[in-house]
Amino acid sequence: MQQAATIAGLASGRRRTAIGDPIFAALARVAGVFVLLLLGSLILSLFIGGLPAFRAFGAGFLTSTAWDPVHQAFGAAVSVYGTLITSILALIFAVPLAFGIAFYLTELAPAWLRRPIGTAIELLAAVPSIIYGMWGFFVIVPIMSQYIEPWIISLFDGSIEFTLAGMDIQFPEVPILEDLFSGPPFGTGLATAAMILAVMVIPFIAATMRDVFDTVPAVYKESAYGVGCTTWEVMRSIVLPYTRVSVVGGIMLGLGRALGETMAVTFVIGNADRISSSLFSSGNTIASIVALEFPESPAGSLKLASLLALGFILFVISFIVLAISRYLLRPKLKV
Amino acid sequence: MRLAMLTLLAAGLVAAQQANAQTQITGAGSTFAQPIYQKWGEAARPTTNISLNYQAIGSGAGINQINNRTVDFGASDMPVKGADLAAHKLMQFPTVIGGVDIIVNIPGVKPNELKLTGAILADIYLGKITHWNDKQITAINPGLKLPHTAIAPVHRADGSGTTFVFTDYLGMQSDEWKSKVGSSTSVAWPVGAGAKGSDGVAATVKQIQGGIGYDESAYAATNHLTTALLKNKAGQFVAPTMAAFEAAAASADWGAVQNFAIDLNDEPGAASWPIESATFVLLPTDPKDANQSGAVKKFFDWGFAHGDDIARSLLYIPLPASVHTAIRAAWQKEVPGTM
Amino acid sequence: MSATTTAGSVPGPAKDASVARRLGRRRHRTNLIIEALCVIATVIGLLLLASILLTLLWRGAAGLGLHIFTTTTKPPGSHGGLLNAIVGTLIQTGIATLLGTPIGLMVGTYLAEYGGGGALANTVRFVSDVLLSAPSILIGLFIYQLAVEPFGGFSGIAGCLALAVIVIPIVVRTTEDMLRLIPTALREAAAGLGAPKWKVITLICYRAALDGIVTGVLLAVARIAGETAPLLFTSLGNLNWSTSLREPMSSLPVTIYQYAGSAFEDWVQLAWVGALLITIGVLALNVVARFALRRS
Repeated sequence: MQQAATIAGLASGRRRTAIGDPIFAALARVAGVFVLLLLGSLILSLFIGGLPAFRAFGAGFLTSTAWDPVHQAFGAAVSVYGTLITSILALIFAVPLAFGIAFYLTELAPAWLRRPIGTAIELLAAVPSIIYGMWGFFVIVPIMSQYIEPWIISLFDGSIEFTLAGMDIQFPEVPILEDLFSGPPFGTGLATAAMILAVMVIPFIAATMRDVFDTVPAVYKESAYGVGCTTWEVMRSIVLPYTRVSVVGGIMLGLGRALGETMAVTFVIGNADRISSSLFSSGNTIASIVALEFPESPAGSLKLASLLALGFILFVISFIVLAISRYLLRPKLKV
Repeated sequence: MRLAMLTLLAAGLVAAQQANAQTQITGAGSTFAQPIYQKWGEAARPTTNISLNYQAIGSGAGINQINNRTVDFGASDMPVKGADLAAHKLMQFPTVIGGVDIIVNIPGVKPNELKLTGAILADIYLGKITHWNDKQITAINPGLKLPHTAIAPVHRADGSGTTFVFTDYLGMQSDEWKSKVGSSTSVAWPVGAGAKGSDGVAATVKQIQGGIGYDESAYAATNHLTTALLKNKAGQFVAPTMAAFEAAAASADWGAVQNFAIDLNDEPGAASWPIESATFVLLPTDPKDANQSGAVKKFFDWGFAHGDDIARSLLYIPLPASVHTAIRAAWQKEVPGTM
Repeated sequence: MSATTTAGSVPGPAKDASVARRLGRRRHRTNLIIEALCVIATVIGLLLLASILLTLLWRGAAGLGLHIFTTTTKPPGSHGGLLNAIVGTLIQTGIATLLGTPIGLMVGTYLAEYGGGGALANTVRFVSDVLLSAPSILIGLFIYQLAVEPFGGFSGIAGCLALAVIVIPIVVRTTEDMLRLIPTALREAAAGLGAPKWKVITLICYRAALDGIVTGVLLAVARIAGETAPLLFTSLGNLNWSTSLREPMSSLPVTIYQYAGSAFEDWVQLAWVGALLITIGVLALNVVARFALRRS
């Protein structure tokens, strides 16, 4: 009697839970597809929103350096240039520092220091970007304007001259570098924006490098130490070649982050709609021009469409960089 | 999560307490006018029972919102053209007047010492005058020793009504500026660096030698910036003082314009300050809810009647009484809804 | 082969003892220089963090006071506070987390339990990573097109939606990682007792991975609490007290952004106070999340 009841209970229980699995599996699959739809609609909405601008200016939109709200002429070249220059410069500043930090944390630091310093560096990544913008404008910009920029400008424009031991020494005008570092030392501009971006990106690159350096099998390093290599030689000849691909992937990840940064850049980029040869000049990135000019754009206007078109272009650039980075980091993913 | 729930509950209770028997009016637009509308809103609430919700999203966005009728009134520093007003069924009126100062940072030059003209300003911002000891500047400043420092022009990075007023003035003073750059809340500046907000412009000018910029007079005054004298239409070099602003407002010919779309730049009068502007409010002539329209009119009526002192304390200039009368008449005629 | 070598019979620098010694010193010196540079790099990194925190403290602490938490934002010169901004951030962050976490959880479950290495799963994983690193301003533009323009006005719910889109990929990543760490033995034991797959996942796996998933949610909260760009075009900001989701809603980052560039001293001071509050909140959440992760 009891057995029959138990079996009946089990059977009905099995029928009840027999529908649980398909429902749950369907839910999970639907959620997955939802994420796909989310990204698809994001790309689509930006493209459709920017269509009036693409139609009005054609392919010339990508190469035009105009951005004139009064005469209704818009082009992407200035913002794209600014985005690429600040991001690449940011990487040039960030990668050596991130590498130094990763090297220190994996090889050189005493064990008890690793966790606190590691956490501190990761906290740099957690600081909201608007804080970086404010800090950049109130702390970095005055330093750049009063000390660093004037000094670098004078270094290359032939204005440093003094007498030493009876000889007149004058620093020459260096042709290309002079143009690269010219203009009034506003303190804001592409170079400062690149520095702030570098500070934001360092923790990401350092964290990836750290994780990846730790995956090198100990036996390789130990055999190198065994033949008498110094720490640096082990890093240079063993660790870096082994992790080369993932390191580049981490750098690309940092690049992807730098490309899309808005708030940190908006405070310090100076919003000038032209391409100048000097790195100290003001410029624009796609993210900053959208943030600064969106509020004053009338709905349905060509300016708004141009901003959305810029957003689409930024998305395409970020997408490509992220795809490359992910491809390079793929072997290290826990799949 | 629990903390969020508790906060939501508390917030709901507080909100319930505050939303009692008050008419709420919403407005959006000009950041330039935001401080005065906020202060009027706070001061008018006890007597008028009207609660103002004003969003300073910029003149352009404010015009969008009122065109879409998602707010009760829009606020713009640029007057809207008559054709657009008719198309969107809007009525326009000014509320207060504000001046724009020129700020400089030249070693050895004290506030209100440097003399400039509109034509020189335009050439500076066009990039044609590049150093402070340029002949044009030294010619009108015989007593000042101006260095060979490079001029560093600073402008607003974000779209702003202040930029509109300034570029409109430059367009009046220089045909080249008018055709090449034009005037708007955001323009294609030929030279110089941008800074975010009036705060940003002042800070940037302060820290770069040779810097020059433009800022709302309220800001320049409260922060003791080094302002410059400007030559007005009458040929006098005036300092940016309240008296100069009021003189310009007084010599305006309100009767000559439609829809109160006065341009207060370069006003005649020996004591007038050349760069100033009224800020405008846009009301629908076919409101969805006539009571809301009535409440908006009541609010601004309070501002005209009792808000002059508040305006002056924030360094805005109240409109002349005759203009107040004209506005009230226009309300009566064009906008439904009892005050 | 003899185990000992004498100088002179070995090729290379070792054949000349003095050359060998000089080479050794040079390598040693290079190593020391590089190590010193790395220490300097780390010190620079720490100094930058210290500089940011000190600037916030120096500028923001001066304006701290009880009125920050009890008064709403007011016109300049009226001794306002940040109450509505703080409440707005709490509301929007809370609702965004409530919206985004279940979706992220389900997608992470799909990737870890059902998808495996299939084409759909790989695509979903890739798309999730793209969303994770997508510029947040583009997400703001997207929600503007979707939830603001058609309805003609900015609203708190649009802000919540924008933040939810940022939460989803973070939760997906942590959920998938945490679920994969659970040993198969645990799953097999549950299945052996007769539990269907969905019960194995919800009753066993979720519970085992709870610490990690909670960490992911905390990190997502920390990230969206500080986001400004997505809110600029969606919930816009509101200088009055409002808890209605259909109206524009205030938030700390947007208020900071508006105040920081304004023309009034007291507003700029409030911007710094807000910046200090947000940073303390976000960093505290991060530290808590990381210690929770380590405990598991």
